[in-house]
Amino acid sequence: MAQRPFEQIVAEHGEVVMRVCRALLGAADAEDAWSETFLAALRRYPELPPGSNVKGWLVTIAHNKSIDLLRARARRAVPAGELPERLGAPATDPVDDLRPGGDLHRAVERLAPRQRAAVVYRYLADLPYAEIAELLESTPAAARRSAADGIANLRATYQKESP
Amino acid sequence: MSPRLPTPTATLVRTLRQGVAGLDPVTRDRLHATLAAKAATAGLLDVAYRTVDSPLGSLLLATTEVGLVRVAFAVEGHDDVLGRLAADVSPRILAAPQRLDDAARQLDDYFARRRRHFDLPIDLRLAHGFRRTVLEHLPDIPYGSTASYAAVAGASGNPAAVRAAASACSHNPLPLVVPCHRVVRSDGSIGNYLAGTAAKQALLDLEAAA
Repeated sequence: MAQRPFEQIVAEHGEVVMRVCRALLGAADAEDAWSETFLAALRRYPELPPGSNVKGWLVTIAHNKSIDLLRARARRAVPAGELPERLGAPATDPVDDLRPGGDLHRAVERLAPRQRAAVVYRYLADLPYAEIAELLESTPAAARRSAADGIANLRATYQKESP
Repeated sequence: MSPRLPTPTATLVRTLRQGVAGLDPVTRDRLHATLAAKAATAGLLDVAYRTVDSPLGSLLLATTEVGLVRVAFAVEGHDDVLGRLAADVSPRILAAPQRLDDAARQLDDYFARRRRHFDLPIDLRLAHGFRRTVLEHLPDIPYGSTASYAAVAGASGNPAAVRAAASACSHNPLPLVVPCHRVVRSDGSIGNYLAGTAAKQALLDLEAAA
């Protein structure tokens, strides 16, 4: 079976890729990450085996692009500093204060990197734990634990900060 | 102050989804345009397309880097046509209206009787063999006149291949621009047309009135 036109892939998954990029990076870098993700996906699309899980594939690319952007950001901020091994802390974004749930968004940004990634992939991208485990180079059980710990931490922060 | 109950996970997740905005239509269109432009620059936009309104209904226009590769009437099903382009040309397909501005303008001018001849790079890769030869000869039929399927077969180097010439016309990937509507039956009747004989007659009337 032939691949579907790439336009359909963008229409179907543009939203979830943007959520992942925003949650991992904050709004400032999210648009760059979104464009880079779909450009890289377009490049590799003809070789994607038919019947592949397109959303998981795209989130994987977004995950890697986000790490690239965070490394580039770290290089800009601290020229001699160490590169973040994994997802680092995104810059806070004043725009988020205006959105409902903005406080919670900042709480997500303060989570430990693995917990944040697990929460984002599980609850914003709706990926199964088996796929999250691959993204985090971990096991499904560990991914589930990271997501649960992340939610517990969010609950604690959110309850404390909510009026 | 009464102690608070823990926020249920479902509530947290709902609030989180609301807080991390998805794509509003304006941002989506802007990002899509940026993606299409970057893809074209990187040589990754194998097929660009748009739709235009016309007196014959909505038309799908698609172009490769070579030139216009497909004009499709609504009756063909634009999604089906895009699906076949993905299979026959490349799945690297994006809507990129500005890439087809020139074609859209020339079609507008044609329907408004401001243009008699299309001046566009075309890509005939969807037609093969004798069919392609036939299509290459169709622009020789002048605006406002007609030729028979037999005459077209002869001009294409095989006078006996009248049915093959008719088949080439009915499978024309670039109707309007490659003027298969100017090919009629030897007995003077109008012959078939993908968008219907009424559409074919309308085109011949349009050209006759100019």
